[in-house]
Amino acid sequence: MTTATLTRPVPSAIPEQASRGPLAGLNDTFVLARRTVTKMLRNPEQFIDVSLQPVIMTTIFVFIFGGAVAGDTHAYLQFLLPGLIVQTIMFTSMTIGVNLNTDISKGVFDRFRSLPIARSAPLMGAVAGDIVRHLIAITVSLVFGMILGFRVQTDWMHVALAIVMIIVFAVSLCWTSVFVGMLARSSGAVQGLSFLIVFPLTFGSSTYVPASTLPDWLQSWVAINPVTHVIDAMRGLLLGESAMPVGTTLGGELLWVLGSCVVLVGVFFPLAMWAYRRKI
Amino acid sequence: MTLAIEAHGLTKRFGSTQALAGIDLEVEQGTILGVLGPNGAGKTTAVRILATLITPDSGTARVAGYDVVKDPREVRRSIGLTGQYASVDEDLTGVQNLVMIGRLLGLSSRGAKARAAELLAEFDLAEAGSRLAKTYSGGMRRRLDLAASLIGRPSVVYLDEPTTGLDPAKRDDVWNMVRSLVRQGTTVLLTTQYLEEADALANVITVIDHGLVIAHDTPQGLKRQVGGQTLEVRPLSVSDLGAVRGMLAAVGTREPEQPAPDLLSVPVADSSALDYVVRQLADARIPVAELALRLPSLDEVFYSLTGGAASGSAPADSAPILQEV
Repeated sequence: MTTATLTRPVPSAIPEQASRGPLAGLNDTFVLARRTVTKMLRNPEQFIDVSLQPVIMTTIFVFIFGGAVAGDTHAYLQFLLPGLIVQTIMFTSMTIGVNLNTDISKGVFDRFRSLPIARSAPLMGAVAGDIVRHLIAITVSLVFGMILGFRVQTDWMHVALAIVMIIVFAVSLCWTSVFVGMLARSSGAVQGLSFLIVFPLTFGSSTYVPASTLPDWLQSWVAINPVTHVIDAMRGLLLGESAMPVGTTLGGELLWVLGSCVVLVGVFFPLAMWAYRRKI
Repeated sequence: MTLAIEAHGLTKRFGSTQALAGIDLEVEQGTILGVLGPNGAGKTTAVRILATLITPDSGTARVAGYDVVKDPREVRRSIGLTGQYASVDEDLTGVQNLVMIGRLLGLSSRGAKARAAELLAEFDLAEAGSRLAKTYSGGMRRRLDLAASLIGRPSVVYLDEPTTGLDPAKRDDVWNMVRSLVRQGTTVLLTTQYLEEADALANVITVIDHGLVIAHDTPQGLKRQVGGQTLEVRPLSVSDLGAVRGMLAAVGTREPEQPAPDLLSVPVADSSALDYVVRQLADARIPVAELALRLPSLDEVFYSLTGGAASGSAPADSAPILQEV
């Protein structure tokens, strides 16, 4: 090849951090989120789980348990689908830890750390990019549910709010998975640990049966489980307040969800960052 | 004299391994420092500290005037890092890799694209720009990696074993790029396991082993210190061996040796010995099959620095090296 002739180094080539303004962090997250999405599009098999899982789960639960639990499959579908969407999103949230665990060992993370960007930017970018997967999972769940006969009882505003709420919850929950992904040595271990987090949260809730049918000790767990409140809010947003358990209000549950998200991020974002720093 | 890199007493321990046991490094602005050492000597650890990827347990380091611990962000604005294994994203194309880094450095979308195109052209990757980096050959990846570290026009560039695993032609490409960088005023810290590479590129060489500096000198000085080069001559006919031995004895610092039945070798102080022997061979009309001036191997460098006459420059606590050579 020809001898490389490089342009003269100018010390001020990189814009001053100050002149980049407070939006620089947002820009970095966006750029790195785009990296995540580009890589997703490159490996479309990453979309198979998010699109097939809701279809299979809905089919199994509606047709196998529907008759026994609710007496008729359509009634059970109306009850179940809001909870299943939440469950799907929780499983989708858990893959980020597995992906980051393998991604971080690659050399490109060394480069990110040598750039004048926030340490957290690569992790934030991954979490933000994953919103695409969440959106696909939600869309598939809703559309497949509607094909089977699920009917929204509210208006589009409530549906939009439901989607926003569930994504905010997913993004907050992601940080538990990021934390596990930074702690564990292998991606296989991340997978195992992630399921340990998700199972008690999703099954110990009102996803499959009304909480009032559960034994007392389990009811007390269900009552404090944030997932229960997400599901109740989902039912309120998609089916109307009459579909929510007695004594709960939509506004109250939304506040609960918001509070849970603040706690999740407040606890697991610093933990994830601590583990990330420790790993490098 | 302005120092672009200035490190004092850096130490770093990983578990029970003392990766750095207190090293000093100094690199004058616009020059190349070669950090020479075997695997596990602490070269990469030193680079990672100077690139703010990890913090030292003790000691201080300033890069481009900024402290690596107190002002890491300013340091990161001044440096470019090319890792031992090309740090590019294999699932992105060459263009996407460079644009992403440009955007992270705060360039506009258009600015980043223009800079990416410029660098791809300079590094002979323009045609491969739209291909995924995972389809690149080893040499292409190194070039893309180097291009990525130059996007922000850094004033200090770290090259961590930039030619390990490359064939000689690709190695020369990288060497030319490094020389061109320095001509434009960039300061380069280069780590390598090859004395030949350090000799070809560096203004000054720091030899480290077991996390300690065991020598710091110009390539000339270092070669003097470790016994310089070896001149080898293989005459076409063994009947000329006697005459050749006489010529070599005249320039050698020791008696010529005969490592193979048809080969003579002698340590020499500097490369002027080569000219002398070439002239003598021509005058005597002795045809040769091989004539080479070889640098001492890394092993020989360490042997000389720690066990030879020049041991005054080696700190006493690096003695265990002797047992390993």
